[in-house]
Amino acid sequence: MDAIREALLEEMERDERVFLLGEDIGVYGGAFKVTDGLVERFGEERVLDTPISETAIVGAAVGAAIAGMRPVAEMQFADFISCAFDMITNFAAKSRYRTGCGVPLVVRGPAGGGVHGGPFHSQNPEAYFAHTPGLKIVQPSTAHDAKGLLKAAIRDDDPVLYFEHKFLYRRVKETLPREDYVVPIGKAAVRRSGRDLSILTYGAMVWTALDAARTLETEGIDVEVVDLRTLFPLDEETILSSVGRTNRAIVLHEATRTGGIGAEVAAVLSERCFEALDAPVVRVTAPDTPVPFSPPMEEFFLPDAGKVCRAARALVGY
Amino acid sequence: MPDLTLPDRIDLYRLMRLNRSLEERLVNLYRQGKIVGGLYRSLGQEATSVGSARALEEGDVLGPLIRNLGSVLVMGYTPREILTQHLARAASPSGGKEGNLHFGRPERGVVSSISMLGALVPVMAGIALAARMQRRRTVAMTYIGDGGTSTGAFHEGVNFAAVQKLPLVVIAENNGWAYSTPFRKQTAAKSLADRAPAYGIPGVSVDGNDVIAVYEAAREAVDRARAGGGPTLVEARTYRMKGHAEHDGQAYVPPGELDDWARRDPIARHAERLLASGRVTPGDLEAIDRRIAEELDRDVAEAERCPYPAAADALAGVYAGGSADSEPAFLRRLS
Repeated sequence: MDAIREALLEEMERDERVFLLGEDIGVYGGAFKVTDGLVERFGEERVLDTPISETAIVGAAVGAAIAGMRPVAEMQFADFISCAFDMITNFAAKSRYRTGCGVPLVVRGPAGGGVHGGPFHSQNPEAYFAHTPGLKIVQPSTAHDAKGLLKAAIRDDDPVLYFEHKFLYRRVKETLPREDYVVPIGKAAVRRSGRDLSILTYGAMVWTALDAARTLETEGIDVEVVDLRTLFPLDEETILSSVGRTNRAIVLHEATRTGGIGAEVAAVLSERCFEALDAPVVRVTAPDTPVPFSPPMEEFFLPDAGKVCRAARALVGY
Repeated sequence: MPDLTLPDRIDLYRLMRLNRSLEERLVNLYRQGKIVGGLYRSLGQEATSVGSARALEEGDVLGPLIRNLGSVLVMGYTPREILTQHLARAASPSGGKEGNLHFGRPERGVVSSISMLGALVPVMAGIALAARMQRRRTVAMTYIGDGGTSTGAFHEGVNFAAVQKLPLVVIAENNGWAYSTPFRKQTAAKSLADRAPAYGIPGVSVDGNDVIAVYEAAREAVDRARAGGGPTLVEARTYRMKGHAEHDGQAYVPPGELDDWARRDPIARHAERLLASGRVTPGDLEAIDRRIAEELDRDVAEAERCPYPAAADALAGVYAGGSADSEPAFLRRLS
């Protein structure tokens, strides 16, 4: 979370066109305190508290971006991005194509479950938007990437959706480089090299995959973990290079299964490296239900290392 | 507020006449099957478009809807650009990527609408917000129909602009109809201007078929916005003389209503006023009409000669740099 705040602060210092707007982001510092202290530093004009109006938040950000600013709009929870769907998919995403006018804005917000938030404070809405040409979608798994991807998103000339997993806010600790850096949009990262099987994943599930990889290692299964980082457009080269070597793939995500990012990754593998596959591509995802509230139900719903290990064993034995 | 000079008033006539004559040419092309897609008319609403946009100054930004042909002409878009846009040619403002009046660049003072009504209101509020942050004197103006005021986006946009006291002018064009839905099925309010007090902003209602009245109301709102007085909602009461688009025969319109409004035709009214001043002769107005007709003859011929875009240009321009793939790499590899 500090990494996200640092990225915002440094970009606002670097470029006076960068400003923030959203609900309760000013004096209160944001529902998760991501923007804590920024209004004191940059004033109410650049850290703008808005009415509860996601359409107006993203709409005004679109207008400001068209007029030469670099707005970063916060959705208090990523779930509420549905209220701004039209502005994102029809206005921001299509503007460059239709009119030649780019919309350099970032919409960011906390996504994901595991915090007992129930159906409306736990969702992973990325797949709705991966079907919309003109958008870019990123989701960091590390503090390093949280900062570097947000900086890249702010500097990008096109609209970028930046989903941050709220479960990771206070759980991932790293020492970050002192110097300015960006993590380029469109590049995946190999988090662990392995020979037997690739797990293609992103966000909080990267850590689940690494947990599973450690367990599987004791069983003699050598797992590679690829962190997609950018969900749209996908880094097909890194995906193909990994699975081309391991010949087996699990696509792992916390979002529900049907029409998810995993479906697209599986399609890419089927189209582009069918001959290299020794086994079917398997998806490990949440089931096709809303996110349930009660702890035993939510734990059952979310993918975990145990589910990944079971899938991996089945694939290796195929 | 500076008074309109006689040349200004004559120019308002010219712009409204150009709006109508250009649209008549578009109707001819539509009947010949040359217009791509639907044709959305602004017949009877010319005074609302022309009078409001004329209140803007250099550096201001306008967000027009599909019936605001007159407004984009005021902002400097040319008949040839309008024609090539409707004919979907490469030389059109959108390069053939879009139809009707869906085009615009802020550096030319126009932001393109999308078909989802109400969406422009928060976007134009954002234009106004950016202008304030950039310490520019820009005023943003946009339109909403009586139907569009029923959307959530309209409400969120006006409320946001009001809270932020942004330099935004919203012209609510009450033309009586949203496709086939009459005003009384759209809102229980008596006037769209009545919505303004709920947002804490001024609301005025004006005869939308009187170009001078529209100009004066818009000008007052623009001046207030520029002076830091925040947004204004201006209802322009006018009438949609044609169907939603050219395919729509308006069978739902009560008998007599079109005749009533035809007697309030905005161009005829303005012409009468100019003639009544004694400083303009019928010959002066006929000369303007003739010049417009001659120019449109040339513009239509030239627009029809413009080529269509290359089909594969459909892939370009989704992102800054780069082009979309037309087919999966697998198929490309096979071929």
